[in-house]
Amino acid sequence: MPSAASRHLLFILAPLVAVFALLPGVYQNHLLLFNFVIFLILAQGVNIIYGFTGYLPFGYVGFFGAGAYGFAIMVMHLQWPAVLAVLVGGVVAVLLGLLLTPLLRLSGAYFAIANLAASLAVLHFVANPALEGITKGPYGVSLTGTFNPTHAYYAAVVVMGLTVAAVVYLKNSAFGLALQAVREDAVSASMAGVNVVKMRVIAWLASALIAGLAGGIYAWYVSVFYPDNVFSGEFSIFAIVFALFGGVATITGPIVGVIILYGIYNLIGFTTPQYFQLIYGLLIMGLVLFLPAGLVSLATRRGWNVP
Amino acid sequence: MTYALVAGVLFGLYFSLVGIGLNLVFGVMRIVNLAHGDMLMLGAFIALGVVGIAGIDPLFAVPLAFVVFLLAGLLLYWVLVPRLQGSANPEMLSIILFFGLSQVIEAVTTIFAGTSERSIQSRLLGSVFTTIKVKWFGGKAGGAGPIQILGQGFPAPWVIAAVTSLIVIALVYLYLYHTRLGTLTRAVMSRRDEALATGIDVDRVSAAAFGIGLGIAAVAGVFAPFMFGSITPAFGADATVTSFAIVVLGSLGNPLGTALGGIVYGLCYMLVQTYLSSWADLLPYVLLIVILLLRPSGLLGRRVRVA
Repeated sequence: MPSAASRHLLFILAPLVAVFALLPGVYQNHLLLFNFVIFLILAQGVNIIYGFTGYLPFGYVGFFGAGAYGFAIMVMHLQWPAVLAVLVGGVVAVLLGLLLTPLLRLSGAYFAIANLAASLAVLHFVANPALEGITKGPYGVSLTGTFNPTHAYYAAVVVMGLTVAAVVYLKNSAFGLALQAVREDAVSASMAGVNVVKMRVIAWLASALIAGLAGGIYAWYVSVFYPDNVFSGEFSIFAIVFALFGGVATITGPIVGVIILYGIYNLIGFTTPQYFQLIYGLLIMGLVLFLPAGLVSLATRRGWNVP
Repeated sequence: MTYALVAGVLFGLYFSLVGIGLNLVFGVMRIVNLAHGDMLMLGAFIALGVVGIAGIDPLFAVPLAFVVFLLAGLLLYWVLVPRLQGSANPEMLSIILFFGLSQVIEAVTTIFAGTSERSIQSRLLGSVFTTIKVKWFGGKAGGAGPIQILGQGFPAPWVIAAVTSLIVIALVYLYLYHTRLGTLTRAVMSRRDEALATGIDVDRVSAAAFGIGLGIAAVAGVFAPFMFGSITPAFGADATVTSFAIVVLGSLGNPLGTALGGIVYGLCYMLVQTYLSSWADLLPYVLLIVILLLRPSGLLGRRVRVA
């Protein structure tokens, strides 16, 4: 009997990566597949910070945009190769995460609002015309030199694999259990010998790193973008809603959430955005009112164990 | 300098009006109303309707907006809040629930009104006063010119909005400290459980606070086309963040602190816009983060909510 972790790796991670690695061969809409992978990464990133520690990252896109601009600056000014620049994007996001660690002192709604404000502050900082020499300000960047959607897509699949592996680790390790204990009751957890601050900071930086890598790869893939694109609040909101819809603090929840909701989005979203926005808003409200623990709660309520 | 200071105070009073409804709702119910900005936007559309259909002074929209949104708030409260309060983590889920609501409102408004910017001629506001003056005291008809304060001319709508804000803040104070329902409201604010245990009808008190909060937001919205120049259905999201900055500045959960927060915000806003205009966009967010980190309870708050 293999351990739970290896079963999760074998039956969830491996098929997921295999499917997304093979799909471009049979399905033509490459951009759509890429967006699916990006949202899988972001939803799992939200899962790590919200699902396991209870901090709602309402400005999660700040890390994503920071990663994208980290990538862009390395490519524009230093002509670094794309893969290294993506790693720099991750590092930039981690640095931003470090800068924002004091926010973890806040709780509940205060953290969510402060995080939202932080992401908007980074957006206005990057988009400031006074910094045109470095970030090109509000006029956007164009990185035709590194443009290579195929490589960027596989890089995204790799990052997705690593992210899901990180969630599998959290789900099956003492570390993940300690995080959830901190989420439920920080005082009791610290009395049981858990280093609360260190735990939270590690989860926070891990989720920042994930979003930063995703942002770097996104910049690599689209190659032309504006601050408003990569700092769009939709990334935070979508990632949070997808993760919640499936069910947080599980491995499969965010995956199911992305595939169902982003699938619906692409079926009805493009032609009439305002009707989509209406349906989406109603869906979110219905979710909170009737299924606050996500789709997986339908199964857990019946006593089934959902990884 | 004098101009910036006086304009700051005028705008600050208006900003207090913008924030106070949000704060009332949070203080009483611990619910984060992310649809607050959309209530403002709808209030502005009521003003547009009053001017467009009846062709009278938009000031008449103030009582209309208040009553309509008071009733809408009561209805909304009974539909949404009891279910929300029954869930595991109402404060977090309220953020997502009301985000969904704001999406619905924005989508419906877009479907009916389109995305174009709308504005109202600023001389229409306050035309009722000029008419009365002409009828009773004679003199020539015509739009009110700029109003002189400390030797500087300010647009009449700014002054009218500031005066209305003062009146509304005074009324909120009277409500909270000199009526029975207000006293009960303060009891629920300080300790919800104990209020429930003493036999206070918490649901009734909260519903009243929710309705009044939305009503005040709509009243603030009536003036939005004059203070910000024009209005679109997408105005709501920015207004929400600004309101949060103001509310947190004053102290979350203390409606009268909001008056102070609004004035501080208004002064900073005007000073930064006068001296450092390209960085003015950053101000609300940076101010919000700094205040949250240095004094999470706000300028007037007690230390209550640090993790």
